[in-house]
Amino acid sequence: MLLSVKELRTWFELKRWGFLRAGFVKAVDGMTFQVKLGEAVTVVGESGSGKTTLLRTILGLAQPVSGEIVFDGRKMDGQNREDLAWLRSNVGFVQQDPYGALAPFMTVRRILNEPLIINKVDESEQEQRIRGVLEEVRLIPVEDFLPKFPHMLSGGQQQRLVIARAMILRPKLIVADEPVSMLDASVRVEVLELIGRIQKAHNLSVIYITHDLSSVRYFSERVFIVYAAKMVEKTDVREVVRKPLHPYTQALLNAIPDPEPENATRFRDIPPGEPPSLINPPTGCRFHPRCPHIIKGLCDVDEPPEFEPTPGHFVECWLYK
Amino acid sequence: MKPQTTPVTGKPADSTTKDGPLLKVEDIRLYFRATNGVVRAVEDVSFQLRSGRSLAVIGESGCGKTSLARAILRLLPRNVDTYTGRVFLNGTDVMQFSDERFRRDVRWVKISMVSQAAMNSLNPVLKVGLQVAEPLLLDHRASKQEAMARAEEVFRIVGVPPAFLDRYAFELSGGMRQRAIIAMALVANPVLVILDEPTSALDVLTQANIMNALKRIRKELGLSFIFITHDIATSSDLADEVICMYAGQLVEQSNAEVFYREALHPYSRKLMASVPTLRVEKKPEFITGEPPSLLNPPQGCRFAARCPQRFERCQEEPPLFIRKDAAVKCWLYE
Repeated sequence: MLLSVKELRTWFELKRWGFLRAGFVKAVDGMTFQVKLGEAVTVVGESGSGKTTLLRTILGLAQPVSGEIVFDGRKMDGQNREDLAWLRSNVGFVQQDPYGALAPFMTVRRILNEPLIINKVDESEQEQRIRGVLEEVRLIPVEDFLPKFPHMLSGGQQQRLVIARAMILRPKLIVADEPVSMLDASVRVEVLELIGRIQKAHNLSVIYITHDLSSVRYFSERVFIVYAAKMVEKTDVREVVRKPLHPYTQALLNAIPDPEPENATRFRDIPPGEPPSLINPPTGCRFHPRCPHIIKGLCDVDEPPEFEPTPGHFVECWLYK
Repeated sequence: MKPQTTPVTGKPADSTTKDGPLLKVEDIRLYFRATNGVVRAVEDVSFQLRSGRSLAVIGESGCGKTSLARAILRLLPRNVDTYTGRVFLNGTDVMQFSDERFRRDVRWVKISMVSQAAMNSLNPVLKVGLQVAEPLLLDHRASKQEAMARAEEVFRIVGVPPAFLDRYAFELSGGMRQRAIIAMALVANPVLVILDEPTSALDVLTQANIMNALKRIRKELGLSFIFITHDIATSSDLADEVICMYAGQLVEQSNAEVFYREALHPYSRKLMASVPTLRVEKKPEFITGEPPSLLNPPQGCRFAARCPQRFERCQEEPPLFIRKDAAVKCWLYE
């Protein structure tokens, strides 16, 4: 197991008034999951569901209030600087907005060199590594790209450069936060295929964070569905499309259209309302105010534990008790 | 200046062109001046839209979709280099109108628009209801009471509780704000609404809810929509017809049935193949290369460099070949 996350809670405290505590934004509230070496998983959720905070907590950019993160056999507490440096050199981060993630005043060479300098990679090796990753992400001929600035690259090329930077320290895990949402349809698949190829070639683990299940389903094996800071369903990618169990997952799949002419006359079956506030989430199951299958007196009172109706398919919903 | 009293679409025009197209766009061309040359954002785009029909305009970023919408609504930036063509609304050439007349009689009154990320452009210090009613208050189209009553009515149509009229933008969720923006576009009772990426900033479920609302509005009010989006799967939600654009040009206009089943232009086909599907097992593909620069577009067919079916003929620019249920700008359909 490369990464094991247990009962992770990341809360952000609201502004305090004197001695009074105003409360917390519970962005991640008890998530448990594991990622094997060489496996690609997808975390699917809406904006504000806590998926980015989860990722930031894994990267050590946010402090959890409780829970446990074990990466490659080492327990991370987010305090020890040495541990953090080691973790960050082993986890590559692919940001959502490639242009925003690249320093506009640095050339491609400088952007890729920076992590090598910080991590004290031998100078004789640096040039070779830079060329290696650029070839790997197909920014070729390498000579042409090295002196360029980010604004001279197209969106797809910028994203490939971000991937190259994430790869340059030879990490064991890549986390990609909506890696293709800013790109056009025709280049999305190219970028996803690239990450997939790198994953296979180096036996990496990849965590995709996305709100669009259809784009990553061919590039990951397992999927975790997140709703209001909880991981409500965990299963195989094929299984979730074939037989979604949690009512939220079902609604999510209903909401994603395939390009078909019939859609123009078809109304989608979508629960009304909006996701709850993470400051004061509803009692019991967090989806119960919108759920079409609510069991009165149970769903709105008790928080559902994790059930496993079929092996390897986990769901936090009372319907499967 | 004495205000002209002629309505946009005089009664005779309305009655004589009952079966004619609601909107007819001919050879719209919109170029912008840039520091390093002229950007040919929209080049000779022509299409027609019948009343009550809904048209999806798809294409990748930078292909001229939004510029086309702005050209139709004459919402132009200052660096316009060339702006020519004809736009007929119910048979009247509105391109001939003066800017003042266009503003008063066409924009928002007959054709309105929901811009991309408009939900973030609501005025934070004015109540939402007032902002929605504002188009009616301009030019004394209605009294304040009438305008507020109409605002309440459109709020109901888009599915926002009327109590929200008295709230400020920050008190509304993203989905509600977007609905308020749609209400604003409907308030003056237009015949055509241009939706420019109306849901791309929203969550999947909220997006689906808004698309449901738009479909319902279309059915109830018999409106026509031009739905601009880069999300091909979502485009099918609001499409009787589809226009596919590439590098500033219209490459295909097809019936939705034709387009989503078996698009004709090689670019449309490749684009469709790149759309990931959830229910059908089909690995998406990608298109190699990049769209040409609009500063200096290539001679001949603009897609030729990336096209798998290119042949000698493609060095010349193809005209728009008209077929049953479709028009394609490709020599394969000569």
